[in-house]
Amino acid sequence: MERIPILRMGQVLLVTIQVDMHDQLALQLQDDLTAEIQRRGSHGVLIDISALEMVDSFIGRMIANISAMSRMLDAETVLVGMRPAVAITLVELGLSLAGVHTALDVERGMKRLQAGLDGASGVVNGDH
Amino acid sequence: MVHQAWSMEITKTGVIPLRAEHDIVFARQNVRRLSQEAGFGIVDQTKMVTAASELARNAVIYGQGGDLKWELLAEGLRKGLRLHFVDQGPGIPDVAQALTDGWTSGTGMGLGLSGAKRLVNDFQIATAPGQGTHVTITRWK
Repeated sequence: MERIPILRMGQVLLVTIQVDMHDQLALQLQDDLTAEIQRRGSHGVLIDISALEMVDSFIGRMIANISAMSRMLDAETVLVGMRPAVAITLVELGLSLAGVHTALDVERGMKRLQAGLDGASGVVNGDH
Repeated sequence: MVHQAWSMEITKTGVIPLRAEHDIVFARQNVRRLSQEAGFGIVDQTKMVTAASELARNAVIYGQGGDLKWELLAEGLRKGLRLHFVDQGPGIPDVAQALTDGWTSGTGMGLGLSGAKRLVNDFQIATAPGQGTHVTITRWK
């Protein structure tokens, strides 16, 4: 079965969506990613959509779901690489992806996740 | 026959089947190509493709399959793209309700119809219970 690969980089899972996703593939990613978070004990998920030429309400809902599910599994999601035309279209469509963290590219997204991970461990260390 | 200074012409037309889920992806790719042929900029292309994706999904999931009929338009120097999404499904009993943000009969977010309407220049819907649904969207360059 066709699947979107999930890469692991330390405590972060990295997903690069490079195909025009059909609905079943989007749902499969949701299942695979939550399973992988639990299996690896990951605290961060980075989703790169720089190759996506469009995000409709179905794919948008999948992204919002992944972000909410990850949060419940103690992992933060950062969505990176959204094209400006996609952002304009999503907002006009009525989907603002409230609650989903974003960054402009993979590098900034990783920094953001790393800062969150360091901050979390810093709290533990600083708790005298 | 009435002659206008600029009469609207259909310069090219075709049909794309909407039977199964993978047809939604195929429809998106075709609408992207047609939007480029109509000379749309990247934002307009994205809006038209996204609207088409929403309506194609409606036809496949709720309309039990149908067809996407496309027309490339010319009116003087202006070019446009018109898409008809036609299904023989159960139809929509309350169109006003179906066009409300957040209202859904299925598993979606309820943004399909209302969202698609906001992404195009013209939006028409003809539907009745048991009569199927015909949604027409048009976008001009």
